Amino acid sequence: MPRVSMKVNGKPMAAEAEGRTLLSAYLREGLGLTGTHVGCDTSQCGACVVLVDGAAVKACTAFAADLDGAEVTTIEGMANADGSLGRIQQAFQDYHGLQCGFCTPGMVMSTAALLAENPKPTEDEVRHYLEGNICRCTGYQNIVRAVMAASGQDTTALAAE
Amino acid sequence: MHNFEFVKPSTVADAVQALAAEEAQPLSGGQTLIPSMKARLNAPEVLVSLMGIAEMQGIRHEGDMLEVGAATTHARVATEAAAAFPGLAGLAAQIGDPAVRNRGTLGGSLANNDPSACYPAAALGTGAVIVTNAREIAADDFFLGMFTTALDEDEIITSVRFPIPQKSAYGKFLQPASRFALTGVFVAKYADGVRVAVTGASENGVFRWSEAEAALASDFSAEALSGLSCPADDMIADLHGSAAYRAHLVAVMTRRAVVAAS
Repeated sequence: MPRVSMKVNGKPMAAEAEGRTLLSAYLREGLGLTGTHVGCDTSQCGACVVLVDGAAVKACTAFAADLDGAEVTTIEGMANADGSLGRIQQAFQDYHGLQCGFCTPGMVMSTAALLAENPKPTEDEVRHYLEGNICRCTGYQNIVRAVMAASGQDTTALAAE
Repeated sequence: MHNFEFVKPSTVADAVQALAAEEAQPLSGGQTLIPSMKARLNAPEVLVSLMGIAEMQGIRHEGDMLEVGAATTHARVATEAAAAFPGLAGLAAQIGDPAVRNRGTLGGSLANNDPSACYPAAALGTGAVIVTNAREIAADDFFLGMFTTALDEDEIITSVRFPIPQKSAYGKFLQPASRFALTGVFVAKYADGVRVAVTGASENGVFRWSEAEAALASDFSAEALSGLSCPADDMIADLHGSAAYRAHLVAVMTRRAVVAAS
């Protein structure tokens, strides 16, 4: 089986991968990084979103071999160096942006991609950007709040639906 | 998913050679092909990735023509075509969701010719030229019905040349679960006429609405379309909408696109 190498969360890593090995399986089974969740496995829910060369990608809908040499950031790379929660993660905790937590890795990674592109998004822009990330618990309100807080913006003005 | 041999050539010539293998299939962004392989609707023996071919990437603006490499992602078109051809960039920005746009490509979308995909409306609505490794195909001759195109076996789209219109816009009625167009209409106004291409509505895939084109050619305004309706005979009917509903949407989305383009 060919070996596929990637720089994952800043560290060079390698594991064997068949042609059909998805990026999600490569990360979870090949590298043991099980923070990337596989929700629907049909490209719809966004739980498996990771950053590939800085762009949000559904890890269940890309082959590992196609991304040989890529730089990947997963939820494991979002904490601070001392192990404390990163800025986005902390905002999700502070604003109760999760309930069961299954979709949260994808939500956090999509938020990271959004804030890299657009550091101060409006509420509409947040909702629009996260439309590929499905959450079945929260009703999204506190997720939007958490993203606004992570971008350093006041959340009191958000509609209290 | 059945296993396969994965190859990633760096030139079009090498890709064409790799595709000559038995049961070989090209892979672009994979946002449709990978889910269909998981569902075992597709089971290639060899998968030839087109994502490592530099000559199929990027956007070139020359006079009133925009040439987009077939392996260019929707996200890239949405940002890099915005100045030269905002109607196309606006359409690309509405495909799927951000993660899909970061992988999905123009060439993959056109070659698949999903009856509800967005890009076929832009290609047909501009009279684009589909450039392959072997020839150039006019958009009017390219789309041959649902999931069917003029491409031969092993023929690869390498780029698409879009004539840049004076005004254009895409009106999309979103099917919110799939994020495909329940019905989408691309309207483009040129010095010598108007083109109107409809996706998501017909059983035969993307088509031109010639009555609307004629009405808009003499008066490019939403009012020029009043009283015009699109026949529902060949429209898709499913749980998301009846044929009559889609026919109605065609007229509504055409008017919205004209207003957005004005």
